[in-house]
Amino acid sequence: MNGVHDMGGMDGFGKVEPEPNEPVFHAAWEGRVMAMVRAMGAQGAFNIDASRFAREALPPEVYLSSSYYKKWLLALERHLAALGMAGQDEVAAGHALRDGAPLKRGKFEVDDVERIMVRGSFGRDAAAPAIFKPGDKVRAKNINPPTHTRLPRYVRGHTGIVERINGCHVFPDSAAHGRGENPQWLYTVVFESRELWGDDADPTLKVSIEAFEPYLEMI
Amino acid sequence: MAHDHDHHHHDHDHSELSETELRVRALETVLTEKGYVDPAALDAIVEAYQTKIGPRNGARVVAKAWTDPSFKQALLDDASKAIATLGHVSRVGDHLIAVENTPQRHNMVVCTLCSCYPWEMLGLPPVWYKASPYRSRAVKDPRGVLADFGIALPKDTEIRVWDSTAETRFLVLPMRPAGTEGWSEEQLAEIVTRDSMIGTGLPTAEPKAAS
Repeated sequence: MNGVHDMGGMDGFGKVEPEPNEPVFHAAWEGRVMAMVRAMGAQGAFNIDASRFAREALPPEVYLSSSYYKKWLLALERHLAALGMAGQDEVAAGHALRDGAPLKRGKFEVDDVERIMVRGSFGRDAAAPAIFKPGDKVRAKNINPPTHTRLPRYVRGHTGIVERINGCHVFPDSAAHGRGENPQWLYTVVFESRELWGDDADPTLKVSIEAFEPYLEMI
Repeated sequence: MAHDHDHHHHDHDHSELSETELRVRALETVLTEKGYVDPAALDAIVEAYQTKIGPRNGARVVAKAWTDPSFKQALLDDASKAIATLGHVSRVGDHLIAVENTPQRHNMVVCTLCSCYPWEMLGLPPVWYKASPYRSRAVKDPRGVLADFGIALPKDTEIRVWDSTAETRFLVLPMRPAGTEGWSEEQLAEIVTRDSMIGTGLPTAEPKAAS
């Protein structure tokens, strides 16, 4: 979706402000939210792509004005409600009002924690050989799906060079919407700054994205 | 509890914070009562990210690469595989890519779409990495972003920005600073900052400010 989350190249957000000695969490509730999202995802309530889409789908003014973990909280509430796993009326009441729905991998217990400390693999067997190879000149397609995609707006329609093949991975555009893993080849595609930002761009800059095969067309 | 977030809350940070706290507690109670989570397991996740998983993991990998040329080559060839051989550092998932800074080229990592970050190597990302200023500007004006970190690179250095738009994750292998000849791996790990492994900092032969 063409949401405000897709920020590459936007102006006006101001300076980057690093915080010296930044704590891991700025309040205890942030850690609880992070842990709930990880736990519910690990047990199969949703996959990482659907979870990202839930955050992107927050109203733009909420997305931009909420802290990072506040976004996670608001998206988690909405997502669980949409899945029928926890109603917003229950959160408002502060207690379960109905029985839980079945979770694919059951209750998240202490013994499950170790498993989620290492990322799962997103690599999958390929249905067909990769179409592109390093050195190929490709164009990022001009696509504008209202659904989840990982092709940022700032590269759409622009020409780049395939630099690496990173294997065949779960395709977020499908997985986010319950349409299966639909594995696709994944490439690093590099763009010259002037191709992206015009003649005034810093000529020493090159930008790469990780592009799934359906995002690209051969030139 | 109200679910709207009206503007009046913005004038009362403390009341908004407590409202959020109550809301998080309510959600956790609901998930617990429904049998989805054991709160003790949530405690364990939080504790792991507060105590076990942080930039020290990445720093040890960088220090090893600085002192062991064959490890460095293996790291650049396949970072996940190379780090798996260092059982003592950290277990690492698939799809990690190490990118090397050289006098000709500086690497910087961003996720313009959300907050993708090599958690196992660096811990949870800092707020600035997840916030709009960095995500918007890194791909268009990386020298301006570096200036915000107090860093000026030579005018002719190539800057390569890696936008983490998929499940591949990137670790910058910074250049070993002058003045560290003969240092042990442990000493070297002490000067490898988190930011230097994102590409928004440069290690120096001085003890690092905590970051």
